[in-house]
Amino acid sequence: MTAYEKVMAARDAKKLTAVDYIAHMFGDSFIELHGDRRFSDDRAIVAGLCMLYDTPLTVIGIEKGRNTKERMERNFGQAQPEGYRKALRLMKQAEKFHRPVLCLVDTSGAYPGIGAEERGQGQAIAENLMEMMTLKTPILTILIGEGGSGGALALAVSDEVWMMENSVYSVISPEGCASILWKDSSKAPQAAEALKMTAQDLFDLGVVERIIRQPKAEDSAMFESLKLLISRTLEKNLSKPVDALTEQRYARFRKIGTAHLD
Amino acid sequence: MDFFAFVKPKNELETVPDSQQNVPFVPEEMWMKCPKCNTLLLTTDMEENLNVCTKCGHHFRMSAKQRIHLMADCDSFAEHDSELRSSNILDFPGYDKKLEKARQKANESVICGECLIGGVKAVLCVMEAGFMMGSMGTVTGEKITRAFEYATENRLPVVVCTVSGGARMQEGILSLMQMAKTSGAVKRHSDAGLLYITVLTDPTTGGVTASFAMEGDIILAEPNTLVAFAGPRVIEQTMRQKLPKDFQTSEFVLQKGFIDAVVSRDKLKATVIKLLKMHGYKEAAQ
Repeated sequence: MTAYEKVMAARDAKKLTAVDYIAHMFGDSFIELHGDRRFSDDRAIVAGLCMLYDTPLTVIGIEKGRNTKERMERNFGQAQPEGYRKALRLMKQAEKFHRPVLCLVDTSGAYPGIGAEERGQGQAIAENLMEMMTLKTPILTILIGEGGSGGALALAVSDEVWMMENSVYSVISPEGCASILWKDSSKAPQAAEALKMTAQDLFDLGVVERIIRQPKAEDSAMFESLKLLISRTLEKNLSKPVDALTEQRYARFRKIGTAHLD
Repeated sequence: MDFFAFVKPKNELETVPDSQQNVPFVPEEMWMKCPKCNTLLLTTDMEENLNVCTKCGHHFRMSAKQRIHLMADCDSFAEHDSELRSSNILDFPGYDKKLEKARQKANESVICGECLIGGVKAVLCVMEAGFMMGSMGTVTGEKITRAFEYATENRLPVVVCTVSGGARMQEGILSLMQMAKTSGAVKRHSDAGLLYITVLTDPTTGGVTASFAMEGDIILAEPNTLVAFAGPRVIEQTMRQKLPKDFQTSEFVLQKGFIDAVVSRDKLKATVIKLLKMHGYKEAAQ
């Protein structure tokens, strides 16, 4: 597949969304928790508690919705400040109980609207970046579709970041990039190549630790092995002293893209 | 008025607009027009007035050098990491040329170093609009991160003057990662109990707003500064509706509760000095 075909696959309306991942891996154990305790409950973020085998887990996902009605309700997976604040509230709660956190990212970006700006979209994202960096509990992020810029990063300052084979992660959409740089959004395929936004590109750049292979039809076997992988990683990180864990998290981001500087 | 105007055909003389008739002839680099009140201003007057319109108070953009001159005590600024240079790490088409062009105006999109501010030792980072609109690439993020790490190690306060169009898309995901990296460095500085003051200047947008610009203990902004995550054009395109008047100005963001104060340029340094001293930072011994 070309880079742009990967972008299309990541956006495919038929692909599984965060609620599907939660249902497949955690089933009935999931209890949804709502609200940021400040303004409202952002439905673009689905979050709650579940059991990862015998371990309680905080799971936070950006949800695009699976049909038109759901997509409207979920604001097409574009979170507002209260969504990021709900996520942070639940991460802080997880820290209190030393419970690991799993984030599932699938968004074209944070919502660019009047209300979102008025309620501090930039501040909400910035606070998540700062707080996640020193959160005293293991965090793992998996990109399951689109990873759109700051709106995705706000749930991806983690010990490890993984990508599904057909997901993308970028600072800007290829269409946006092409229209700003070349005044021609039809050059999006070239922009997608240039931005290096596929899972393989990001793995090669050292931005993600793992690529999860996606069989044509995501079956229960894939979710079983993914769940096992998540469990092993979080258990390993749970056993580390928290200071070592946060030090390692800082070092992870500290070194990205610095190879050419020396 | 043009000395040779009298030899020009009469009808052409008549078409000279009124507003230009009373303007004395001066070479173009000697004057500038205020975009807000349309007054013509002499550059020398402007420089004396800190690049603020003498008539309406409009704050013009400043270069990083001018701003360091404004903030740091005379000749006290010592630059750090001046050797770091952006490069085309992703082999992005056209980026080499853009960098070459940008370097005719400035070395990088941020200048970092240490200086005295009212006699108080501090780390000062000033972004440069002249270099690709202050966009944040890996070198920008690295310089700011190193500045915070240096400040944490030496227990110094940090003042950052922001101006940025956001993340630099020619460096792809690596520019996005700078948001996380700089935020981590700010957090460690903060956890060490040290003061961080942000000064937002026009425009501060995108990935810089969504990282270190909004992470100060105290956030100041110059008057009429654009402060946004998604810029007005992006919102107009997606919403397809006109934005409210003064939307995303520093005064608007102040009213919404996201910054501490709007401070005019002539009071900026004095305000920062007061704040530094209130946090227990003392004047360095001479």
